[in-house]
Amino acid sequence: MVDETIPRRDFLKGAMVGTAALATGSAAPAAGQTTAATAAATPVDAEPLLTLTAVEHAFIVAAVDTVIPADELSPSGSECGVAAFIDRQLAGAYGMGARLYRQGPFPKAKPELGYQLALNPREFFRAGIESANAWTRKTYGKEFDRLSEKDRETALKAMEDDKAPFPGFSSRMFFDALLQITMEGFFADPIYGGNRDMAAWKMVGYPGLPATYREEVRTYFGKKYDKPPRSIADFS
Amino acid sequence: MATLLKEVDAVCIGVGFTGSILARELTKAGLKVVGLERGANRTSRDDFSLPNVRDDLKYAVRQELFQDTQLETVSLRHTPGETALPIRRLGAFLPGTGVGGAGAHWNGVTWRLMPSDHNLRTHLESRYGKNAVPAEMTIEDFPVSYDELEPYYDRFEKLLGISGKAGNLRGAKIDGGNVFEGPRQNEYPNKPLSMSMAGAIMEKASRELGYHPFRAPAANMSNVYTNPEGVTLGACEYCGHCERFGCEANAKSSPQACILPVLLADDRFELRTHANVKELVYDRQAKKVKAVRYVDLRSGEEFEQPAGIVILGAYVFNNALLMMQAGIGEQYDPVTGKGALGRNYCYQVSGNNVQVFFEDKEINPFMASGASFGMNIDDFNGDNFDHAGLGFFGGAWISAGTSNGRPIQTRPVPPGTPRWGRDWKKATAKWYNHAFNIGASGCNYAHRENYLDLDPTYRDALGRPLIRMTYNFHDNDYKLAEYVGGVLGRIARAMNPTTMSSPAVRRGNFNVVPYQSTHNTGGTITGTDPKTSAVNRYLQAWQADNLFVMGASVFPQNASYNPTGLVGALAYYAAEAITTKYIKSPGPLVRA
Repeated sequence: MVDETIPRRDFLKGAMVGTAALATGSAAPAAGQTTAATAAATPVDAEPLLTLTAVEHAFIVAAVDTVIPADELSPSGSECGVAAFIDRQLAGAYGMGARLYRQGPFPKAKPELGYQLALNPREFFRAGIESANAWTRKTYGKEFDRLSEKDRETALKAMEDDKAPFPGFSSRMFFDALLQITMEGFFADPIYGGNRDMAAWKMVGYPGLPATYREEVRTYFGKKYDKPPRSIADFS
Repeated sequence: MATLLKEVDAVCIGVGFTGSILARELTKAGLKVVGLERGANRTSRDDFSLPNVRDDLKYAVRQELFQDTQLETVSLRHTPGETALPIRRLGAFLPGTGVGGAGAHWNGVTWRLMPSDHNLRTHLESRYGKNAVPAEMTIEDFPVSYDELEPYYDRFEKLLGISGKAGNLRGAKIDGGNVFEGPRQNEYPNKPLSMSMAGAIMEKASRELGYHPFRAPAANMSNVYTNPEGVTLGACEYCGHCERFGCEANAKSSPQACILPVLLADDRFELRTHANVKELVYDRQAKKVKAVRYVDLRSGEEFEQPAGIVILGAYVFNNALLMMQAGIGEQYDPVTGKGALGRNYCYQVSGNNVQVFFEDKEINPFMASGASFGMNIDDFNGDNFDHAGLGFFGGAWISAGTSNGRPIQTRPVPPGTPRWGRDWKKATAKWYNHAFNIGASGCNYAHRENYLDLDPTYRDALGRPLIRMTYNFHDNDYKLAEYVGGVLGRIARAMNPTTMSSPAVRRGNFNVVPYQSTHNTGGTITGTDPKTSAVNRYLQAWQADNLFVMGASVFPQNASYNPTGLVGALAYYAAEAITTKYIKSPGPLVRA
């Protein structure tokens, strides 16, 4: 169990050490065997943050590692840079509300009319993380990132199923946005900070760039395309 | 105060496919033409080059090439009694902006309508009886028949170099082509594209069921092609980055790839970018649009550009907005049924699909062209099957294939798979290369309560009201969707997959979030009666004889087919009327 008497900063430092340990270790923990201790040792990105607070970052790391746990198929979400991706996205044009019509009024709307809140994505995630941590504190007595892996899974599932009451907007809405940006980070080109070492592309067998298959579309008809993936950086 | 500019022969509002075609035809006829484009210039060389043209996040997810909703969007309500709210983020449809418009980032599916789509009301009434069409289904005939438009479809297909195989050459039905299509005078200008595994599976299954599989016509070049303008297009690389992306190989027809090189080289044409047309200056007495007012978005300065001929080639919503604001026609009212502007707004009944999974087959979804990388059937399209007793009209084109394997958005997993966590990872890794979609694009027939007008509350960045869309699916659409869903299930089972999803069927309210299609139509429809249509058969506004309106906003209803083929054919048809008739004798080309 995580010792809750450890101050958060030390806790984060400990997690850094965990990164190094994992990097040299070979076997990823098998499914179902992950203990709270290894969950606490979830690696945290070494990069300085652009917009997320330490508390928000801890939440995002714990969330993306629950959505994308480390196993034989890929390292964990944060090890793949997904938390760094989210930090950068929320700090940039997307987070500030690019391509989002923001004139009011903002009445409560049916879901088929799409996003109708006054918040930009950065503000939305700030509010959502706050609500999520408040809910897990109330339900489990601690913040989301301090929960065991099993409890994190249960908590995220509750949000996905809209069973975690949030003020303002539903926990399902928050979960859907979190899942969406996590998958973006996992599968986007590595230039954005996620999908490190093209881990997600390797997991599914997506070859990335240059994607010129005029001959291959015939020669690989019905055959597995076995070339290792390449990304934008490989051609820049 | 707007700076008054010197009059030009013609001005094109929007430099996408229609603006480029009209500008080209008018300059060839000797006219001086100015093209006003609200967005930036875009060229294949500078904007669509490797490696960054393959940036899935930037283009497909963050919507780099589309209309910016911070500046302009539309509002939606499902019924006339509700308060509309703005579509704050694009989802269901993705209008373009910038030179090339949506023609720069489309997939490339380029259909002709069937003859019975052209004379829809007449056809249905003659087959099913005078009273068969319900009162609320406000469908109309296109004033131009298939046979009349055939040479113009042909011309547009040759401009774009469409890859395909004829199924009806001058009346002779050809197996392997679409035997349901109207008679073509000529074979497609380019051969069909290479075949995908998904298409091969679809061909076998649909033949076994007695259907008629064929390759959908595609603006993706199967081979290098030089069009009648003398512009050469490259051969498709099957990169799987068509829709939402530009093409670095000029292998997907776009205004950039097939017409702008000659247009921009012509001194009679002047392109002005960042020129956002704000309003039409309408002279009600003279029944002319005297000028257009636009804002230079780089400086905020306003200009008034007088022109002899005004080509309105913006997207559906801005075509309607500019005409409504200027009062060029009466606003449609769903209660009285009177008025032309805003009438018969239609969309597409899409979202019907079934996913099929094959443990032992490598699909390689990432090797794909945007259009026609699979097999289609039209056996359940339009009125190709008997609708007696079915309770709905219309149908869908059905297609199985792959257009991309870009994994942010394309990673099918069998039903019951969680959306995240270990089991999601396992299923995603296992099935990514072993699945594809059978999809259907359904007709959307006009309904009395579906229309466009001006929003009373929300405004765009220029201070104009947003277009307000009052739109929902109705009984005909839901029944059509159920029927087509049944067909999809039948085809999927005939493929004998390892597993499959249950067919998703369009149910519930129109939802602006998931992408469906950028096939918005109507609002400034073409017809024979000035009371119920905005433009005549030559796309000339009934209330302003020098105003010609291009694009799918003139469709009286939407067939199942992607609209670009018809949009291009009508553009050539209107251009010919302008250059051979209107220039010589300006005035109404059809007596009201």
